[in-house]
Amino acid sequence: MKIVVCVSHVPDTATKIVVGSDNKTIDANGVTYVLNPYDEIAVEEALKTKEAQGGDVVVVSVGPDNNKESIRKALAMGADSGVLLKDDNYRDSVGVAKALAEEIKAQDAQIVFFGKQSVDYDNSIVGQLTAEMLGYNCVSVAVDLKLDGEKITAEREIEGGREVIETSLPAVITCQKGLNEPRYAALKGIMAAKRKTIEEKDAAVSENSVEILEMKKPAPKEPGKIVGTDSSAVPELVRLLKEEAKVI
Amino acid sequence: MQKFKGIDYFNLESLLTEDEKMVRNSVREFVDSEIIPIIEDHYMQGTFPHELVKKLAELGVFGITLPQKYGCAEMNNVAYGLVMQELERGDSGVRSFASVQSALVMYPIFTFGNDEQKDYWLPKLASGEKIGCFGLTEPDYGSNPGGMVTQAEKVDGGYKLNGAKMWITNGTISDVAVVWAKLDGVVHGFLVEKEFDGFTAPEMKGKHSLRASITSELILQDVFVPEKNLLPNTNNLRSPLMCLNQARYGIAWGVVGSMMECYSTALSYAQSRIQFSKPIAAYQLTQNKLVYMLTEITKAQFLNLQLAKLKDKEEVKHTHISLAKRNNCEIALDIARVAREILGANGILSEYPIMRHSANLESVKTYEGTHEMHTLILGADITGFEAFE
Ligand SMILES: Cc1cc2nc3c(=O)[nH]c(=O)nc-3n(C[C@H](O)[C@H](O)[C@H](O)COP(=O)(O)OP(=O)(O)OC[C@H]3O[C@@H](n4cnc5c(N)ncnc54)[C@H](O)[C@@H]3O)c2cc1C
Ligand SMILES: Cc1cc2nc3c(=O)[nH]c(=O)nc-3n(C[C@H](O)[C@H](O)[C@H](O)COP(=O)(O)OP(=O)(O)OC[C@H]3O[C@@H](n4cnc5c(N)ncnc54)[C@H](O)[C@@H]3O)c2cc1C
Repeated sequence: MKIVVCVSHVPDTATKIVVGSDNKTIDANGVTYVLNPYDEIAVEEALKTKEAQGGDVVVVSVGPDNNKESIRKALAMGADSGVLLKDDNYRDSVGVAKALAEEIKAQDAQIVFFGKQSVDYDNSIVGQLTAEMLGYNCVSVAVDLKLDGEKITAEREIEGGREVIETSLPAVITCQKGLNEPRYAALKGIMAAKRKTIEEKDAAVSENSVEILEMKKPAPKEPGKIVGTDSSAVPELVRLLKEEAKVI
Repeated sequence: MQKFKGIDYFNLESLLTEDEKMVRNSVREFVDSEIIPIIEDHYMQGTFPHELVKKLAELGVFGITLPQKYGCAEMNNVAYGLVMQELERGDSGVRSFASVQSALVMYPIFTFGNDEQKDYWLPKLASGEKIGCFGLTEPDYGSNPGGMVTQAEKVDGGYKLNGAKMWITNGTISDVAVVWAKLDGVVHGFLVEKEFDGFTAPEMKGKHSLRASITSELILQDVFVPEKNLLPNTNNLRSPLMCLNQARYGIAWGVVGSMMECYSTALSYAQSRIQFSKPIAAYQLTQNKLVYMLTEITKAQFLNLQLAKLKDKEEVKHTHISLAKRNNCEIALDIARVAREILGANGILSEYPIMRHSANLESVKTYEGTHEMHTLILGADITGFEAFE
């Protein structure tokens, strides 16, 4: 079975983000980029699927040359080969999905894994868009997955509970925390990854339908108010919590 | 779970290759999620975290530089060093386990063993299926192992070993001990397997240091060791000393992990602990301590990286390794103590990693050649006068 896993290369969640001088992008200076954490879960699920069913895991990423670092991390975890769909410019989610859909079609993949969202733009939409463009079934925010021949039984996280659904291949699965525990890239895997190939192609042309007008940080929190330092302040504190903050 | 970001004031990161960074990051994540959450309990209870052995093996940290055909990663010495550094950020005991398995058991089998021994043992040691230990030190011979009294005697089909070893890391849980003994006055290495008659390895209790690591005696009473278990290419004290060189190299890197952990704990504590109206980080005395730590960490990192480059080019001398082991262990212990001061009373609690590192480093400064022995090794090298006796 051909298994594709789509990954993005994102600023490490521990990074302090600074908005760039153009006010439209982040300042990449000193920012460490990593394999999107939800995509690690997708890679793990792809590898488990391969281990259970046999097949080939191809890692695909849309973006600039640096994305190869995350592709290589997925290869070190155990994926078989990589494809970089090159684009140095900003692309909206539809554009990313278009490029991926074209490649997935060419790969003739039966099952495609995504992270449920990419922690950079947080749109949570690329997997679903890609499925739609391909005419594949789609399970989003999956926390459990079973494959039996063509049949898929999956659990999705929904508000306040879980939903069990059945569908069939070919399908796109977007992966949520809890689906599995991603493996570490083992040292041998890191060495083996050096011998695996990453094919480079231009990403399918796409016109952005979304334009980023401005990026800004959320307004800083108002400083707290100190009502007093001993028990005499308690009545006033209670009054403020009741009347101003309206929390009690 | 907290993610450790590393200490890298001079962007040494830019001198690492992508693989080296990936290895470092992988082990760093492993330490954050697999070692740090469990280690303090093991330490307090004085138990070895057995549950880590298989996971460490899967990660691939045993015999990192040895050939892939034995199931090893076959990486360079920078990667080896980085792995040791990250593991020791977790705990010196866990790093000790990996050091012994790799540098003191797999390395001698690889270097002094025959093909049969290599093919049998190395894959099993790499996968963690078998655990090994290294028996050199004796109750009466520590800094001068050449005086050892453990004897091997030639008998029909093999050798008979008699003697006792002490302070042996992993001893009690080992499947195989690399035991150094004198045969007709010459030091040789023997692979003593746990089920051999007359061989026992009781655990030493009462340690205040390396409590999450097992330390044992090895007692050999008329132990028959078959001919095939002699390491054929060992033939003097130089053989075990070559092993120690590998392990010392790992220690020089490892203790930088302890330094980074103590420093980053002290820095964030100082920034948030308020005394006399200000965070203690705002006082000059505290800043002096933090700057000292960062400066020493940075120097040790540079030293290690060049040491690795020399080792990869096979230009490293044992005196280079002595200098790095000696300096880095002493500094790591100093940094741990200064970090403890910054944390005040909290510094002694197991809620923080400082006191554990500090106590561990007392052993690390002593084993693999004490601080004084490395001073004498370097002193002899630069003056031409040996001052051991
Ligand atoms: C936790 C732990 C784990 C260990 N694991 C192992 C292991 O796996 N395998 C193994 O073989 N050994 C192991 N050791 C033993 C370790 O290598 C020895 O403790 C070390 O070599 C020092 O020997 P000693 O303790 O007998 O001290 P001694 O040699 O008795 O030294 C005592 C003090 O005297 C000093 N001294 C000695 N000679 C001189 C001199 N000529 N001039 C000036 N000062 C001198 C020393 O520097 C030291 O400060 C371990 C030790 C510890 C603590
Ligand atoms: C085992 C133990 C038993 C104890 N028993 C008692 C007891 O019986 N009764 C009792 O009352 N207390 C007791 N203590 C508390 C002890 O006296 C305090 O720990 C000590 O006064 C330090 O306070 P602290 O731990 O809050 O550290 P902090 O005051 O937070 O100090 C942290 C660090 O900041 C430094 N620092 C603070 N202010 C400045 C400054 N202005 N400039 C530069 N550096 C500064 C300190 O020197 C220290 O290095 C005990 C402590 C321990 C560890």
